[in-house]
Amino acid sequence: MTNEGLQVFSDEAEDLLLVAEKALLGLDDLSNKAETAEGVNDLFRTFHTIKGAAGLFALDSVVEFTHVVESVLGDIRDGTLPLDKELVSLFLLSRDHLEVLVESALNGVVDISGAIKTTDDALIERLNKYLGLDSVLDDSTTPTIENTEQGNNEEVENQNWHISLRYGIHALRNGMDPISFISYLNKIGVIKSIIIMGDAIPIWSEFEAENCYLGFEIALYAPNSNKAEIEDVFEFVQDDCKIRILPPHSHIERYIQLIEQLPETDLRLGDILLACGALTKLEIDGVLNIQDVMIDDVTVRGDNTAISRLGNIAVEQKVVDQTIIDAAINKQTTNKLNRNNEQQTIRVNAGKLENLVNLVGELVIGTANAETSAIGLADPKMNEAMENLLRLVEEVRDTALGLRMMPIGETFSRFNRVVREVSRDLGKEIDLCISGEDTELDKTLIEKIGDPLMHLVRNAIDHGVELPEERIALGKPAKGIVNLDAFHESGSIVIRIKDDGRGLQKEKLLSKALQNGLIQEGQQLTDQEIYQLIFTAGFSTADQVSNLSGRGVGMDVVRTNIESLRGTIEITSEQGIGSSITIRLPLTLAIIDGFQIRVGDGKYIVPLDIIEECLELDVSLGGESNGANYLNLRGEILPFMYLSELFGEQRNTSEGHRDDIIVVQCGGKKAGFVVDELLGEHQTVIKPLGEIFKNLKGISGATILGSGEVAMVIDTPAMINLVINAGNEQSVTSTL
Amino acid sequence: MQEQIQSIEVTEGLSQTEQYLTFQMIDKSYGLEILNIKEIIEYSEVTEVPMTPDFILGVINLRGRVVPVIDLGLLFAGQPVILTRRTSIIILEVKNSDLQLDIGIAVDVVNEVIDINADDIEPSPSLGDKINTAFISGMAKVDEEFLILLNVEKVMSVDDFTIISSIQS
Repeated sequence: MTNEGLQVFSDEAEDLLLVAEKALLGLDDLSNKAETAEGVNDLFRTFHTIKGAAGLFALDSVVEFTHVVESVLGDIRDGTLPLDKELVSLFLLSRDHLEVLVESALNGVVDISGAIKTTDDALIERLNKYLGLDSVLDDSTTPTIENTEQGNNEEVENQNWHISLRYGIHALRNGMDPISFISYLNKIGVIKSIIIMGDAIPIWSEFEAENCYLGFEIALYAPNSNKAEIEDVFEFVQDDCKIRILPPHSHIERYIQLIEQLPETDLRLGDILLACGALTKLEIDGVLNIQDVMIDDVTVRGDNTAISRLGNIAVEQKVVDQTIIDAAINKQTTNKLNRNNEQQTIRVNAGKLENLVNLVGELVIGTANAETSAIGLADPKMNEAMENLLRLVEEVRDTALGLRMMPIGETFSRFNRVVREVSRDLGKEIDLCISGEDTELDKTLIEKIGDPLMHLVRNAIDHGVELPEERIALGKPAKGIVNLDAFHESGSIVIRIKDDGRGLQKEKLLSKALQNGLIQEGQQLTDQEIYQLIFTAGFSTADQVSNLSGRGVGMDVVRTNIESLRGTIEITSEQGIGSSITIRLPLTLAIIDGFQIRVGDGKYIVPLDIIEECLELDVSLGGESNGANYLNLRGEILPFMYLSELFGEQRNTSEGHRDDIIVVQCGGKKAGFVVDELLGEHQTVIKPLGEIFKNLKGISGATILGSGEVAMVIDTPAMINLVINAGNEQSVTSTL
Repeated sequence: MQEQIQSIEVTEGLSQTEQYLTFQMIDKSYGLEILNIKEIIEYSEVTEVPMTPDFILGVINLRGRVVPVIDLGLLFAGQPVILTRRTSIIILEVKNSDLQLDIGIAVDVVNEVIDINADDIEPSPSLGDKINTAFISGMAKVDEEFLILLNVEKVMSVDDFTIISSIQS
């Protein structure tokens, strides 16, 4: 099979495994019958789809394993096996194992071995116990033929066997002749009716003559045969075909299941009912006749109304059971919904998107260049055209960047699992509350934020939330709460992890820091500085190293990761009440709206979102202490700094020179930068400065101006800290 | 400068011979293996990056990409390159683990590409010179003159730079 096909399978499997996880985690409350049943159905479908897709690519290890899981799920769905917490856990383990299997299969591993094999065997054995099998499932057992039993009540009038047959897409290639099997049925009984299901036939441009798209619904009168005999007819094709056999007078539930399992979309309800054999031809004709009379009524209404009407007619006539109708209508509606969803998204190769964003970046630089020339020409028509162009380019830029934006919800929902497992291991009871999952941010950011968040959530559970007994003793509810929240705030995205645990213990932090020699005796630290200590490498207050935390590495990694994304971390905490960690990240990494300034000979860019105001520096309002400058800004104390001094440029003190100050605000901190000249807005494509400058604080990148000059992009959070910390020599934490 | 390089005929088939680009810095001749050299450009306006050590001259706009430029004179001999009409920037491709990045080095004069037989290369002597010998892969004798061969991997090891820059800043 082609690599492209495999890639699609890999994407799909990933999605499906996520769906499976979600469904499993949704099975928490087993007392809710309706929800549980739906969850089990979801799971069954998901595993089944994975199995089917894996089968297409001949990933045998995946197929074999999934098949066992599916069988157990099938039993649960049929009600022959009760679902308990233990089973849910087992399914979760199976899901994880399946993920490993899929991955190794995609890497070309044909036969699993080693640890994977051990897990595989162990899981299959555990699953088989539920199936009442002690050994590994015999391969010859038919994978898709459903176990059917004779029902004892609510039987359908139908006295025929009902066979629902969908040939596999490779049936023709494998040398099977679809019609021969059907002819053979005549040897064991009489085919009362047969319907060809052509719904799987694609549009003609995609039609492959070698593929088999056929399916049949057959009513077979064979009073003297048993199920095994009918199954035997299809022995040769059962591997890649979906065959369902319902005995005469089957239980109504069977038909409902069958309706739900049928792959066809938009099948007319009448056809389904007839095909299922729930109604006889005569009965369905009766229903259709009445519908014809009402046709005028129906056509003016929507599709769904028509469906329900047909259903109602059938029920009024008491020809079918209401539950069967409901299932059929349900199926039609979900089919429609699914189709709508499909049309809403397109899968695009990430590389192509990357390329597009890069090109848009070049386009922005190019337009800036053109703009400079246009202004030089001073031609009104040219300027007007340029304005127009600029506006369009800006829109193109925003749209292109928007393409890479994804909701953070998927990342967040991963933590449901983490919280569940970690809290169980620690004997804690914790609820994870997630909000703001629709908040969008750049895909690269989402990928990189996952690990730091994981550390922080684990930390909140391990160090933050107390054990239930402790909590009760403190008068708190036994169940702890960890909040995950995301929202946008002035051009950056804020992610907050909050717990209602014991909070950070300042004394403990301080004594540890003294022990480690991070601070000296008698040193005065602000709360924030004390909290920042936890991000120091090798720092841990945990008395014992557990397998979750305590090695003092995690938080250091978190800080490094966040900083590499040009983000900041802030901690607030109250002892006994809880702590909250706030991560602020720039919305995108590639293109920003910038404000251009000049310091000495150099040009610099400050992100526009964080500039509060620009004003002329009035020295009479300023003061100086310990080498740091302060300004009285409308009654507020504003620390500020001459950027020319910081950058080692000559400060312009000539007569008549006007110093401008830009006031920036980030993460609740304000500071002023004194610059030589304000040059105005500039669309900035941020280019990385490269490895050499990775230790450089205060500059986060470079950009190319319209003139071809290079300008530095100022890393404002770091710069604000430089300003605030200037003169505060005792500060222990380096700039963060 | 470019013509000079093009005029050199590529000699292939001599397994023992490597090609080196020779350049001059503060009256000394140096050689660099040409495999790591991407291009040579005329010295143009370099944008200074504030708060960096002096040997980092700044960055240039190389066809839309921002490339850092190092002053080898300052780094090796404590003397900056003297800007003349012949000052050039050699753009090197440096591999650091799996990252590949470009770095420019400013030199006084670029001379020519020559073939040097491996037999003519002597291991780096411990010189009482101002040059850090760790950056030298050997000395070659060409036309009665000694050529200092630089080890690109060492010279441009980004880790070293980051260490140096963090110390100096």
